[in-house]
Amino acid sequence: MVDISSDRRTVLDGLQFTSPADAEVRIEPVAAMSRLALRGRPGIETAVAPVFGFNLPSTACTSATAAEYAALWVGPDEWLVTAPDGRVDVVKAALEEACAGVPHAITDISHRNVGLTISGPKATWVLSHGCPLDFDLAAFPVGMCTRTLLGRTEVVLWRRAEDTFRIEVWRTFADYLIGFLNEARKELAA
Amino acid sequence: MSFRKAAGGRIDRNKPISFSFDGKTYQGYAGDTLASALLANGVHLVGRSFKYHRPRGILTAGIDEPNALVGVGKDDAHYTPNLRAPVIELYDGLKAESQNRWPSLGFDIGAVNDLLLSRFIPAGFYYKTFMWPKSFWTKVYEPKIRAAAGLGRAPETPDAARYTQVYQTTDILVVGAGPAGLSAALSASRSGKRVMLVDEQAEMGGSLLHNLTEVIEGKSASEWVADALTELKANPKVTLLPRATAFGYYPHNFIGINERLTDHLANPPANLPRERQWQVRAGEVVIAIGSLERPLVFPDNDRPGVMMAEAARAYVNRWGVLPGRRAVIATAHDSAYRVALDLKAAGIQIATIADLRGDVSGELVSAAEAAGIRVQRGAVITGTRGRKRITQAHVARIQPNGTAAAPEAIACDLLLMCGGWTPSVHLFSQSRGKLTFDEALQAYVPGQSVEKERSAGACRGLFDLGAILEDGWKAGADAAAAVGGVVAPFRVIDVKGSVKESGGYLGALPHGRNVNTVKAFVDFQNDSTAKDIKLAVREGMRSIEHVKRYTTTGMATDQGKTSNMNALGIVADTLKTPVPAVGLTTFRPPYSPITFGAFAGLARGDLFDPLRKTPSHDWATRAGAAFEPVGQWMRAWYFARPGEDMHAAVNREVKAVRSSVGMFDASTLGKIEVVGPDAAAFMNLLYTNAWTKLGVGKCRYGVMLREDGFVMDDGVVGRLAEDRFHVTTTTGGAPRVLHHMEDYRQTEFPHLDVWLTSTTEQWAVVAVQGPKARDVVRKLVGDFDLSKEAFPPMSVAETAIACVPGRLFSVSFTGEIGYELNVPADYGAALWEAVFEAGREFGITPYGTETMHVARAEKGYIIVGQETDGTATPDDVGLGWAVGKTKPDFVGKRALARPAMSAPDRKQMVGLFTEDPKVVIEEGAQIVLDPNQPVPMKMVGHVTSSYWSPTVGRSIAIAMLRGGRARIGETVYIPMPEGTIAAKVVEPAFYDKEGERLNG
Repeated sequence: MVDISSDRRTVLDGLQFTSPADAEVRIEPVAAMSRLALRGRPGIETAVAPVFGFNLPSTACTSATAAEYAALWVGPDEWLVTAPDGRVDVVKAALEEACAGVPHAITDISHRNVGLTISGPKATWVLSHGCPLDFDLAAFPVGMCTRTLLGRTEVVLWRRAEDTFRIEVWRTFADYLIGFLNEARKELAA
Repeated sequence: MSFRKAAGGRIDRNKPISFSFDGKTYQGYAGDTLASALLANGVHLVGRSFKYHRPRGILTAGIDEPNALVGVGKDDAHYTPNLRAPVIELYDGLKAESQNRWPSLGFDIGAVNDLLLSRFIPAGFYYKTFMWPKSFWTKVYEPKIRAAAGLGRAPETPDAARYTQVYQTTDILVVGAGPAGLSAALSASRSGKRVMLVDEQAEMGGSLLHNLTEVIEGKSASEWVADALTELKANPKVTLLPRATAFGYYPHNFIGINERLTDHLANPPANLPRERQWQVRAGEVVIAIGSLERPLVFPDNDRPGVMMAEAARAYVNRWGVLPGRRAVIATAHDSAYRVALDLKAAGIQIATIADLRGDVSGELVSAAEAAGIRVQRGAVITGTRGRKRITQAHVARIQPNGTAAAPEAIACDLLLMCGGWTPSVHLFSQSRGKLTFDEALQAYVPGQSVEKERSAGACRGLFDLGAILEDGWKAGADAAAAVGGVVAPFRVIDVKGSVKESGGYLGALPHGRNVNTVKAFVDFQNDSTAKDIKLAVREGMRSIEHVKRYTTTGMATDQGKTSNMNALGIVADTLKTPVPAVGLTTFRPPYSPITFGAFAGLARGDLFDPLRKTPSHDWATRAGAAFEPVGQWMRAWYFARPGEDMHAAVNREVKAVRSSVGMFDASTLGKIEVVGPDAAAFMNLLYTNAWTKLGVGKCRYGVMLREDGFVMDDGVVGRLAEDRFHVTTTTGGAPRVLHHMEDYRQTEFPHLDVWLTSTTEQWAVVAVQGPKARDVVRKLVGDFDLSKEAFPPMSVAETAIACVPGRLFSVSFTGEIGYELNVPADYGAALWEAVFEAGREFGITPYGTETMHVARAEKGYIIVGQETDGTATPDDVGLGWAVGKTKPDFVGKRALARPAMSAPDRKQMVGLFTEDPKVVIEEGAQIVLDPNQPVPMKMVGHVTSSYWSPTVGRSIAIAMLRGGRARIGETVYIPMPEGTIAAKVVEPAFYDKEGERLNG
């Protein structure tokens, strides 16, 4: 059988990540990882604890992380779960077992999304060119995550630190999105 | 700069600037506007008016300027027409030109409109004159009128500038940085909350910047402004935005603000946006946008050298410019006396003050008289002289009966007018706040608020500086309280030299002259006169909205800033009704004109819309594929080899699929994973088909209806497990189908334990189709048994494909043996290449969407959105078999039961064979039964798909034809411009009707 398993090509290859504005805002690709869309009835929040080591966040737009896992609340019964690359089948199996008593749905979306990190003193300024949310720390604290619009793309935005955000975006929109962010940060060129 | 004062003003005399106007070079200083610099050079004539091409000068010192509209830009790519000279900041090398004149500003052919033709251009001229013939509108009238009218020239090359947009949230937004706004920002800034202060001018301070007489808290006005700005700048929670116009007030305190970043720079950095559109969501808004001075409406009130009184004061005090040497001042308001005193102090001779009011007195009047200025009470201007610059003003006494006596001609080179002050209620009105008419002020002022906003200062009718400053302070503190911030205690702001001012007049003035020959302008920009408005009223217009549209008063780009209230006054006077009974026209955004670029923002070129590429995109590009956009996707259309046109390429591709094997990137197909214990129950409700009995590992073609029973989408669905379906949708329908399913899941079937996840982007899909498909795919799936017994058509399996975990489907959209290979998307490009390599020995042929369309049409497979148009039932398109008749319910079932949905004369899908097999009908063509009937013919159907079929060796078409299935065998006609095409109605399947090839 032909083997293509070592010929993985991300859509982020060849995109323009460096910019004269890097001192103010950096945009970097996030390495491949496992991603799951986790859905379920009440009870699932605690059912997953043996796998993740934490309960799923039940407050809107909050996240939980521990060790190699992260779970982002993106809807009243929906979480975006990330785990290290290549672990999707293992994690899915463990979750299926742990959640057996609660109606649920787990779907592999590892390749659907790509991740970007946007960081720097002007990160919120650049994000504000495409996202109408208030990025004041009081309104959008560290750890907050939300599904929102950035330019003409839907993204999940997750604040990892005061000036660092993770962007999760569907793969075919990444090209546009990076072009948009590059154009928005152009005015910040050193 | 012979009209520049020796000293004074806020200009920088150490920074001389060279600029050109109509090709002539002039000098100005940093801090000048184009208007102040032109005036300093003695240039008053700067434009020609819209309709009559009358010579016009600079009327105002701000955004309300209706006359001095110019085009600015070094070349076409940097050109902006219709800019207002008083708000154009001067920079070295600025190139400006006048508009609406030919061949030159001084000698303009169009002026014949004024001198000879004006009696033929009455109000409503366009409505009255160009009535018929109807066809003349588009061919003659409109192009001619547009060419003759149009003020500025639209540039024809792409705009070289960048534009950006940014969202921002603030607790308190203060609009306007005049005395009220600055004061409001000061108190608001002490709240600990976020404050934004925006002002349209380069320098904040508003009227305080030309106020040399009043002393605020012991400081000069300019010192007070400087101290206030210093305090605000030091506060990290305060954002100061100069050169930023709040142009629109949208629902829920959403304010559009246009910031100009580079228009004032001689050499703007290329990376800076020219304009930045701020879209601000504010907790509370303080509107402090001041007031505008009203002109007086008297004959020939539009000559160059006629100016608003306060504008002259601003030019003298702020820019050190003498707008004239000998001024006549016509007023109905006390503020003009302050102007007279400042001008006199600057060395301008005040010939007279003609005050409309007969019994005027007070501190300012006394001061003027004490300074030796002649004050004529109860006096009116009845006319002026001087074509390109005023030379005389005619001042007459108003007689007891209200008419003007014989006038006295007074020589002057400057005529200043002040009809009083109109509060700027634009933003308040845009916020849907209710205006009330203040009888004492004779002005509309903000009444009941709708949004979380408050007006402060002159924009709500306060005209005493001390009161304005205190009002602003209170408004800022109130806003702070409303957002839960610290409330600054009330501050008494002591102002010395402040005098209470009053007065004002609305409407046209008496002049005692022939009303048919004089022009007293109300709207300077649109050239509408008092006579026009009176005529409109005489002709039956009563509502100000009708008068406005009939006369175009207030409809120019200045939105009637200087004209609306006078127009109202004239209508009220003519109708003998109070002003509020006439109404007020609606204020709409933008407050002042905004460039298109600001609204486009970053959405230009590649960023206009995302462009989604398939995994094979780069390979297809290298292979010379032509692409077609499908929604946001770019899909390979056909793969032409050197020397091939589209027709030849598609013929070859179709033949390859039929005779050997082809490959096609199907990654764009929408994919939804339906998962949960109730997944099958949910599928039963969302699709017409029955799903309960579909075995794991099997696929079924599914049809989805809307609630109205019409076909919405279709696609193959594979059952991966008891509780897991892999649903495919049309490429364009993917988001719509997911939303439709999610909507029903949440609102109609919330009891079902089922969830939906879009997996369109998770899987890359390569379709391998043709008699040799199995041979190719076998090389990629190892030991997996592809035999038709083990893996018959319409099967699905989760198995390794080229050693990556994949989903293998045996499905065909061509009628040949077919497989769709799904792998995680990062492996899509490698899989495409692997399939191509594996197929090389069979001559595998990559094909595009056109071949996909032709091949499916040969088989009579529909495309939702091509055969269907939102009014087709499953039965109409031959899919009645896919409707589960015994199912208790599914979305659309109830609608399908309506008798009309099964009427025999519905449009039904049929095939067409043209009489001449070489003729390919145009898609969309209409079908008739009798080609000889008179026009308009009775149309009985239309062609939905039409191709040359290389397999059948002739043209084929699919059509939706009324009662079509009963007409099979009949001949129908397609009338086209080139002649009528006859076609035979046939079954909508042209090749392998029995489907034997699938079982090969």
